[in-house]
Amino acid sequence: MSHLGVTPSQTVGPYFAIGLTWDDGPFAVPEGTEAGFWIRGAVYDGNGAPVPDAVVETWQADADGRFAHPDDPRGAVDWVEFRGLARAGTDGEGRFAIYTVKPGAVPGTDGTTQAPHIDVTVMARGMLARLVTRIYFPEEEAANAADPVLSSLPATASSETLIAAKTDDGYRFDVHLQGENETVFFDL
Amino acid sequence: MTEYQTQSGIVVPAYTRENKEVDPPLDYPGYRSTEFRHPQNPLVLLPHMLTEVTGPLLGESRLGPLDYDLTKQHEEEPIGQRMSISGRVLDSDGRPVPNTLVEIWQANASGRYRHVVDDWPGPLDPNFTGVGRCFTDSEGSYRFVTIKPGAYPWKNHHNAWRPAHIHFSLFGRAFTQRLVTQMYFPGDPLFSEDPIFNSVPDPKLRERMVSSFDWDTTEDHWLLGFKWDIVLRGPDAVVFEEPHA
Repeated sequence: MSHLGVTPSQTVGPYFAIGLTWDDGPFAVPEGTEAGFWIRGAVYDGNGAPVPDAVVETWQADADGRFAHPDDPRGAVDWVEFRGLARAGTDGEGRFAIYTVKPGAVPGTDGTTQAPHIDVTVMARGMLARLVTRIYFPEEEAANAADPVLSSLPATASSETLIAAKTDDGYRFDVHLQGENETVFFDL
Repeated sequence: MTEYQTQSGIVVPAYTRENKEVDPPLDYPGYRSTEFRHPQNPLVLLPHMLTEVTGPLLGESRLGPLDYDLTKQHEEEPIGQRMSISGRVLDSDGRPVPNTLVEIWQANASGRYRHVVDDWPGPLDPNFTGVGRCFTDSEGSYRFVTIKPGAYPWKNHHNAWRPAHIHFSLFGRAFTQRLVTQMYFPGDPLFSEDPIFNSVPDPKLRERMVSSFDWDTTEDHWLLGFKWDIVLRGPDAVVFEEPHA
């Protein structure tokens, strides 16, 4: 089969908000969905300053750990109101918020089970390519301990940066692009 | 599609990681804003598992009928050189990526974005928003009608000007395929001094971001045609684990 070279990434730039923000962007499920909650956080740079021109996108399984996608070998499920995708630009204080439900556990490799997790893309002016991280849940201590990704992080990577904190209306998850509290980012 | 066999019986496609040799570095001093916005720890290898090989398959209900035509979104036509940009979205094995959302945004003909933060003295155009969306068809083809964006100044260094470009955002079929990039125009004299364009390490790779002028899609007394194909990460070589003894 012929091989084509992939197209390089470029920065999302400072003006993505005119194109990439949707009215329903933050909602992986409609507001008011049973068991729906907010994940709120902020994006910070290496000086600890908020990043006001970042966009955060999340992708996740549904509450049963399934996907509406043909490449899920267990079969695609129908999603009626669940979108799996949420997208939010940061505000002047670097803050974002997405509304979703907790994903179920998802099979991993080698017969492992992945703890409930949400894949995250972060893009911003000053970032020439996307960064990828994951959100895990603080109440899933046993599942997190057995998670193939969390349990195989190198010593330099703090799994604490990947675990959200419980709040009144959901969870808090901050992203530190650089520095002392730098979030663990993945080579996808 | 290439598949990855795990001992739990879950078979998922694995995607090429060739983007690592193609994408610009996150730490690129020529683009000053990267200084405090790049991680200093090494990225941690994430195997491609179910969450990574799936992705949002959005419905066309998201689209309005004129979303693909940026010249028809207002009462009157925007000022500028009318043009089309069309091409195919493919994966690195040459397979079309059908029914995937393509989003674009751009400056107007004077190089000004309709964004509160863009305040340089290029005039705004009341008839141009600069935002378009379409889905690829079953062959992976897409098409937009717009006006050619102008170059614009920025504050990276003295007399810094961005070459004319259109921002493109694609989901593909999987989280691994997500791509945000910029499409440039052939022969732009501003390329040589633009750190964002030149952040892609190899000049031959930069050419992948440059559209070509195309007579076949140029329409007599109406518009100039430009072509640009976009290639997303495709399947990797086959990897099979040893089965359980």
